Amino acid sequence: MTSTSTSTMLSLASASLTASLSVHENLKGRLKLGGGSLSFNKEKANPFIKTKSFSRISMVAAIKVSRFEGVTMAPPDPILGVSEAFKADNDQKKLNLGVGAYRTEELQPYVLNVVKKAENLMVERGENKEYLPIEGLAAFNKVTAELLFGASNPVIKEQRVATVQGLSGTGSLRLAAALIERYFPGAKVLISSPTWGNHKNIFNDARVPWSEYRYYDPKTVGLDFDGMIADIKAAPEGSFVLLHGCAHNPTGIDPTPEQWEKIADVIQEKNHIPFFDVAYQGFASGSLDADAGSVRLFAARGMELLVAQSYSKNLGLYAERIGAINVVCTSADAATRVKSQLKRLARPMYSNPPIHGAKIVANVVGDPTLFNEWKAEMEMMAGRIKNVRQKLYDSLTAKDKSGKDWSFILKQIGMFSFTGLNKAQSDNMTNKWHVYMTKDGRISLAGLSLAKCEYLADAIIDSYHNVS
Amino acid sequence: MWSFMGSRLTSSARCMSTSTKALNRLGWWDRVSPASKDPITGVTEAFLADTNPHKINLGVGAYRDDEGKPVVLQCVRNAEAKIAGCDFMESNATAVGSKLVEESVKLAYGKDANVVKEGTLAGLQALSGTGACRLFAEFQRRFHPESPIYFPDPTWPNHPNIWRDAQVPVRTFQYYHPVSKGLNFAALMDDIKNAPDASFFLLHPCAHNPTGVDPTAEQWREISYQFKVKSHFPFFDVAYQGFASGDLDMDAQAIRIFLEDGHLIGCAQSFAKNMGLYGHRVGCLSVLCADAKQAVAVKSQLQQIARAMYSNPPIHGLLLVSTILSDPETKALWVKEVKVMANRIQQMRSTLRESLEKLASPLNWEHITNQVGMFCFSGLTADQVDRLVREFHIYLTRDGRMSMAGVTTSNVSYLANAIHEVTRYN
Repeated sequence: MTSTSTSTMLSLASASLTASLSVHENLKGRLKLGGGSLSFNKEKANPFIKTKSFSRISMVAAIKVSRFEGVTMAPPDPILGVSEAFKADNDQKKLNLGVGAYRTEELQPYVLNVVKKAENLMVERGENKEYLPIEGLAAFNKVTAELLFGASNPVIKEQRVATVQGLSGTGSLRLAAALIERYFPGAKVLISSPTWGNHKNIFNDARVPWSEYRYYDPKTVGLDFDGMIADIKAAPEGSFVLLHGCAHNPTGIDPTPEQWEKIADVIQEKNHIPFFDVAYQGFASGSLDADAGSVRLFAARGMELLVAQSYSKNLGLYAERIGAINVVCTSADAATRVKSQLKRLARPMYSNPPIHGAKIVANVVGDPTLFNEWKAEMEMMAGRIKNVRQKLYDSLTAKDKSGKDWSFILKQIGMFSFTGLNKAQSDNMTNKWHVYMTKDGRISLAGLSLAKCEYLADAIIDSYHNVS
Repeated sequence: MWSFMGSRLTSSARCMSTSTKALNRLGWWDRVSPASKDPITGVTEAFLADTNPHKINLGVGAYRDDEGKPVVLQCVRNAEAKIAGCDFMESNATAVGSKLVEESVKLAYGKDANVVKEGTLAGLQALSGTGACRLFAEFQRRFHPESPIYFPDPTWPNHPNIWRDAQVPVRTFQYYHPVSKGLNFAALMDDIKNAPDASFFLLHPCAHNPTGVDPTAEQWREISYQFKVKSHFPFFDVAYQGFASGDLDMDAQAIRIFLEDGHLIGCAQSFAKNMGLYGHRVGCLSVLCADAKQAVAVKSQLQQIARAMYSNPPIHGLLLVSTILSDPETKALWVKEVKVMANRIQQMRSTLRESLEKLASPLNWEHITNQVGMFCFSGLTADQVDRLVREFHIYLTRDGRMSMAGVTTSNVSYLANAIHEVTRYN
């Protein structure tokens, strides 16, 4: 092993140096591997093998071989790669539909007015920057749970929700995963096929086993409901079922209210625990309350559940990393205990969560005027996406003479749409039409303008019919 | 698997034997016992709940001015004004993160350091010091799964939590000498020599937390030399750069010594204390590599670890730090303000020691001024600490660690009297 050889070499080298610090002084690292004089770079294996001399020089130079020699390049993030390729493209017609971030009709990023107002208020007040408690800003935790469940919901009134501020959706999911790993070792998380790419990474790194339940049906470009129910039923009792509260990512396909009831039935029957990822509250229908419907349905049945929230999209606070993990328990006592253990998991991860995003949310959601303004902006953003869906559908239907049913575009909901295009077809979208999207056929409608709908329709029709 | 803190789980099987009805009644979380309070933040919680007018918080290491108030540095206010109204979003996040790393590593390694100029380091913005440590711990586990980490005894209580949660075995090396209240250098060197070759060590380059006891430059050189002999990996937790001597470069001396000696170190930097950005969670993790290619590979792994934990740190703090460090005027202001903070703490150390000596305390209080940085390891026993809390409403951690940042000209006499009271008859 490299390190053993290293120390052997070094011990030998140091033996020849038993003496003085003055020799030691002479060695002070002025040698660089890159200089080539010692030819270390050429050897992939133990570089010391080539070293004949046990001189002072080799001792110092030897140190420059890293302990992390064996570290390989991690695979590139699939979504980031799309944006990078888009940036590199010089074609005027190019369109970036990879981005999961809201853009205006002019395809510019958008800072919500309520956010600007809240930030100005914060600057005016000149508040301090002290550490938040491990569980986060109390004002934020209060409003985020109320936003999710409704302020008058029994789970809130009875104090049965353990809410801990987390680093957006990712951080909140990770805390939940850590809780599952610690208290339900061996329990599996069931995730939809497909799901957001980072879900698997989160559970893998948290050492929580997972398996997939059927979700997307390519034949109908809709929900494989029977497959979903069957797979949830077949899973070992007491599994965690990861559900997207609304605006499923990447497909845009949500269960209907009746289907949600049936999903809740089978989860209760199998003693599973529902685990919601709510990243798009407000973005699905435009109504914050309506979009929380699935979560509230489960809570109303008296079920215990986990819910991760994110304010990245609905408040445009992507880069501020603000979200929460909520655990609904059967008693206030259990909620207190669970909260304490979530804190215990957060402390060795990052000690306490960041203040800025939390204060923005607390100010916006906690102030009736700003909250109403936010609701209006939310409706505007969701409205723009709905309009774009309609225009895209109209363009496709008008231009495509094959009679293919494109109505799934209207049925799907939220920022994303699963076009049903396969990898080769998606590549054609990019290579021929300069339309950037992910290889699974997902397009982000948040990155589409009304003005570009016709062009996109042409691209989709061409890719669908002329490429296999 | 069941040995974690606070658990009272009795069986290693999940509650499969419990009937469905019973499980539904008890709920899923019945097995969850309350976690014990964090020893440090628990102190602040207790302090906040206390209504006594004389109460003093010497718990968490957060700087306070002479009125006992939290401080937002002027350089930070200037930076806030600069960035207010600018539309920074997720599209800029990468660039902002890179800028932060660029500036941070200059601070730690020196702006003219080869590693900085040649880019042979993997650097990533992190969630303050804790986040940087956790990233490294996970990375260490990923590529050296068998290797434990050695912490000085004592160390910040969250260090073992961080590495344990990353599933890295933890060990300690001797550090603090309770009799001299200084460094146990001989024992430290023995432990370094006796550890298996190529072990991972965590070092506090200045203002050791909780003891305030730092090696001298000469001692650092000897430590560095021995590290070379043993091929140990040095990981520096840089939480107080500027707070030890008041001089940022001086406080990075240990790191510079190791760099000169050719070590490929790792470094966690925090801007919580020295920029007063506690709640913004801004820090940087850097790992020195053999060459630029390896640096790219290492960075990609660190990014992947971060992605599965929280994706990116919050941008606001990153913007503040990179704005301050990249503008010469604002940076110069910051350097001054750090000195002011460090000086005030040094002043309080002197005053506290003098007050105790004036009270004719039977004990030796030299260590108050010998120790360096935010903390004083007072030598008080847990019982004495409890008395301070109960009788005098003075809050500190039970290991006797006092955050000198919480001492002011108006409370120092009260504090001295209280300490004298609980120690006079020992």
